[in-house]
Amino acid sequence: MTVQSSTRPEVAPGQRRGGSKPPTEQPQRSRGVLGRLDVKYSPYLYIAPFFVLFGVFGLWPLIYTLRMSLYDWDLGSTVETAKFVGFDNFTMFLGDEDFWNSVVNTIAMFLMSTIPQLILALILANALNKRLRGRTLLRMGVLIPNITSVAAVSIVFTQLYNRDFGLINWVLGLFGVDPIEWSAHSWSSWVAISSMVDWRWTGYNALIFLAAMQSIPRDIYESASIDGASAWRQFWTMTVPMLRPTIIFVTIISTIGGLQLYGEPLLFTGGGNPLLGGSDRQSQTVTMFLMEQFYMKFELGRAATVAWLLFILIMIFSVINFLFTRSLRSADGKAKQRKAVKL
Amino acid sequence: MTATAVRTGGAAAPTPDRRRRRKGGGAAERLWQASPLTYVTLLAAVALSMFPLYYMFVIATRTNDAIGQTPPPVTPGGQIGGNIDRLLGNDSAAFMTGLVNSAIVATVVTVFVVFFSSLAGFAFAKLRFKGRNGLMLAILITMMVPTQLGIVPLYQMMYEWDLHNKLPSIILPFLVSGFGVFMMRQYASQAVPDELIEAARMDGCSVFRTYWNVVLPGLRPAIAVLGLFTFMEQWNSFLWPQIALGDPENPTVQLSLQRLSQGYYNDYSQVFAGTLLSVVPLLVIFIIFGRQIIGGIMEGAVKA
Repeated sequence: MTVQSSTRPEVAPGQRRGGSKPPTEQPQRSRGVLGRLDVKYSPYLYIAPFFVLFGVFGLWPLIYTLRMSLYDWDLGSTVETAKFVGFDNFTMFLGDEDFWNSVVNTIAMFLMSTIPQLILALILANALNKRLRGRTLLRMGVLIPNITSVAAVSIVFTQLYNRDFGLINWVLGLFGVDPIEWSAHSWSSWVAISSMVDWRWTGYNALIFLAAMQSIPRDIYESASIDGASAWRQFWTMTVPMLRPTIIFVTIISTIGGLQLYGEPLLFTGGGNPLLGGSDRQSQTVTMFLMEQFYMKFELGRAATVAWLLFILIMIFSVINFLFTRSLRSADGKAKQRKAVKL
Repeated sequence: MTATAVRTGGAAAPTPDRRRRRKGGGAAERLWQASPLTYVTLLAAVALSMFPLYYMFVIATRTNDAIGQTPPPVTPGGQIGGNIDRLLGNDSAAFMTGLVNSAIVATVVTVFVVFFSSLAGFAFAKLRFKGRNGLMLAILITMMVPTQLGIVPLYQMMYEWDLHNKLPSIILPFLVSGFGVFMMRQYASQAVPDELIEAARMDGCSVFRTYWNVVLPGLRPAIAVLGLFTFMEQWNSFLWPQIALGDPENPTVQLSLQRLSQGYYNDYSQVFAGTLLSVVPLLVIFIIFGRQIIGGIMEGAVKA
């Protein structure tokens, strides 16, 4: 109503509002040529900002990265001065121990953070899916780690893992474990850094799973209960398979995020040159390796190569994930059959 | 009956169908009953979630020797003022500049992302034009490309345009979001009825006026969620600001924190006061909009 009167004061309002079916031709004509152009072409204007800005700051750098990766390109290079080297950068890194070390670190931390995270998130979601008092508060409580900043999380956890006065070594000490220098070894860095990622993302994923669980029709559980299936069995043989699309979604998102891990290991490492991930590169991830080429060595062409290798790594893992989660399908089919029988 | 219904329903109001079943009771009913174990699990999860934040608060409010105490301190002290003073007086961390910069960047990016996304989302959901589906598909594909793939040329670009070390360098690349457009399109196609748009057009509204006066108000819940996510993402952004803002005098809050933690590693109470201040704005947003944020995450999950 307000819209009508504010935009078209010159039209007698009663006339149109009174009629049940306003004449379609009249306003069209009154809008004229401009109006028709507006309807026909203005949509392109509305979507243009996305395509223009993405083209400049997304697509173009992407293509240019591919080009740079084929050159020996340093900080002062231009298109004219850079030397074309073909796939030399790629083959060099594929034979480079330090690169593979960063790949291993990244994959290890990705697995150590993603797998426990998804299992914990499923369990939490299952608990949140019950009839609860203080539902919103509990949901907010598990989501709160996601709202903190990466740097803050990393700093606090790094302190918790401190060798001399970290809380974790203190607790372990109560059980007679000698203080561990968490940042000194690969495995312990992986544990520490994965725990940061887990802490930050478990609650978020739990809410996503919860949403999916709520959309599962409850009558299939009813029939399963009548058949005598325990709650635990129902969870694993019905809930989890039914969540397959969501699990795929979450693992793919976690893969893309997990393989790009950067802020946490960087701050955890600290020290003289954090980009290296410690004196033995214990916690150097692929993105840190990329930054080493880019920001320490100013080898822009090689940094671009690492960017593409990282992208390929993400693609490979997305495919593996997809194939792996697809294997849940047979179980899903069974659950659907059961539902069909009931209906 | 109403009381139980409110307590027990899912996100949506309980349907009559569900209520009937509940009355039926039986084995399935017990499945949704929260056992003590459920509460123990959830409370443990909440405690674990809160603990690092609480610990941060404790250390930030104490003197520096608190960090070495055994058993570790569990109650806040009264030193927060002194710690913050030291933090703000620390020129090499430029914490205040970082805080202000982050607030500016996150706000500007959020406003633009929301505006551009809702405009494009409206066009894709409600307007007919040639190539609509193909263009939408293109946007979906852009969502799958990790942004850091392009950082090397992006850096050169900023350098050439003389934008490096300046805030526009970390604002410009993030003004549009494929995810935002997708989310707005999904929401607009469901929440804004076609009749409303037709009516506005009948009244001679231009397409943009229709968007501004009719569509935008209808998108408000989705805008709130997209805005909050974008703000948090920008506030937390790390890799690109580190590259683009090499100048230590002009950092974002995350970069200040990094410098603090690496340069002043022995003054824990100062560093933790910094982390606390960097988290407070987000926590305030979370406390005010927590319900919407949770709704947004869950709704997005179902649609995806």
